[in-house]
Amino acid sequence: MSLSYSRRKIATAYLFILPGLLLFLIFVIYPIAKAFQMSFYEWNIMPGKPNEFIGLGNYIRAYNDPIVRLSLTNTIVYTIITVPTGMILALLSALLLNQIRRGKVFFRTLYYLPVITSWVIVSFLFRYFFQSPKGILNNLLVNTFHIIKEPISWLQNTPTAFIPIWALGIWKEIGWAMVIFLAALQTIPTELYEAAELDGANAWKRLINVTLPLIRPTLVFVLVVLMIGGFNVFTSVFLITNGGPLQRTEVILSYMFHQAFDYLDFGYGTAISFLLAAIIIILSFLQIRFLRKPEEII
Amino acid sequence: MMEHFVRLFRKNISKVLIYLGITCGAIVMVTPFLYMVSTAFKKHSYSLAFDPGLIPANPTITNFIKTWKMNNFQLYFRNSLFVAITSVLFVVLVSSMMAYAFARFEFPGKEIIFFTILIVLMVPNMVCLIPQFLLAKTLGLRNSLWGLILFYVSGMVPFNTFLLRGFFETLPKELEDAVLIDGGSYFTVYRKIILPLSTPALATISIFSFLGFWDEFILALTFIDDTSKRTLPIAIATLQGQYATEWGWVFAASIIAVIPVIIVFVSLQKYFVGGITSGAFR
Repeated sequence: MSLSYSRRKIATAYLFILPGLLLFLIFVIYPIAKAFQMSFYEWNIMPGKPNEFIGLGNYIRAYNDPIVRLSLTNTIVYTIITVPTGMILALLSALLLNQIRRGKVFFRTLYYLPVITSWVIVSFLFRYFFQSPKGILNNLLVNTFHIIKEPISWLQNTPTAFIPIWALGIWKEIGWAMVIFLAALQTIPTELYEAAELDGANAWKRLINVTLPLIRPTLVFVLVVLMIGGFNVFTSVFLITNGGPLQRTEVILSYMFHQAFDYLDFGYGTAISFLLAAIIIILSFLQIRFLRKPEEII
Repeated sequence: MMEHFVRLFRKNISKVLIYLGITCGAIVMVTPFLYMVSTAFKKHSYSLAFDPGLIPANPTITNFIKTWKMNNFQLYFRNSLFVAITSVLFVVLVSSMMAYAFARFEFPGKEIIFFTILIVLMVPNMVCLIPQFLLAKTLGLRNSLWGLILFYVSGMVPFNTFLLRGFFETLPKELEDAVLIDGGSYFTVYRKIILPLSTPALATISIFSFLGFWDEFILALTFIDDTSKRTLPIAIATLQGQYATEWGWVFAASIIAVIPVIIVFVSLQKYFVGGITSGAFR
């Protein structure tokens, strides 16, 4: 009786997970496994033609490919520039917003607008601002504020071509991080601040000694998510510079995309994407391991 | 009004400074959108005399009418709606079923499946892009909206299952036990207890999934060649590619595409904030 009952329960459980599991296995797990396999092959897109196993060939090629190094550097620089800047601005906004009552929801909505707007739209928007010679920004700098004499060809040169990409990255991540910080700040009991104030701690000391240590898990969480997002940067680069001029602004994923869909070099493309996946997985583990205190690990 | 401000200023200078800081930040966040709207209301924003001002000299809705009537734009809007809504329905159904099994049942393979889901959450989506493209080709799912839906749903199942399992585990078991003792099946429990009690969590994942599907660009870009099967992000990118200097058209189309998002966001704010703070929604 009890055996058949538990068997029936197991069968029911499988019925519940079956649709999701099938989709997951066919459309997610199989492609990941397949990508891993492809990364060891000279993959032929012509049907019927054999794919040649080349072992670590694609990975060795990536290691020696100057554009892979450049796009890796660009990706890391993007992350290093956008993540701390975005986090500091988001924390500052959250600290300010946490002190007001009137208009809190209104301002939170405004700050969150960039987050909910599609990457495609905001990428074009930033490309439009940075156009040359007749772009909004050039016009402001040359005609309105007279800061420069000649319009800058932002997108045609490096490093200026990175500026719209970085600016967009920062602008788009502030709202998300701010909402998370705001929620964390609201969990801090006001008594703690009052006690610190009685002890003569000024606003800066209260921030350093009370607020930041208490929201430490949130800081780590936001840092991890934003860094992963930073390493995954693609759409903005693809639509603002498309890796140009002369591949100077290429990031890992845009280079992988170009290798795969412009040069149809699928094996090489998957190898590049696995390099990124490895970096991201190692980073996530490292950050969680080193930045969290032992008792905070779930 | 002025008096009020003066009194406020005297009473609390720091409060004024706080509002000043917040307002400056808000201006930075909103200005790009103002330029987008302004450009969309300008006629021939680039080809004629360049009008860089924020307020259009002669505002016009020509760009909106033109893009809305442009070949297939309404079809693309319908495609996007169809793909996003259908995907949301499926992803909510499939993820909630799976999450219920993980929250309430013991079965062989449970740990390994759940662990796999957690690991996959760390793998960048674009790692799968090339094999997914080949798979879609093999299965005849390229240039098909249903193909997009299948890949979209599958991609979101791991994360939504993970979140919903966490939520389902917080639900009290007593009600479920009562239904089971009365002879109800597990499907009755799922339908009559779990789903109704989880409306906030389901609403949250529906909204975020909808936004993700509505804005999805990369898969649609690689899967869809057939012009009649495009979704809005692809349509906007194509518009930009074809009429590079007609920014008014690009932004009019963008505003039309953003309107559903703003409606969803503003009307369902409470689920939004709950969702952002409960998980890794971005």
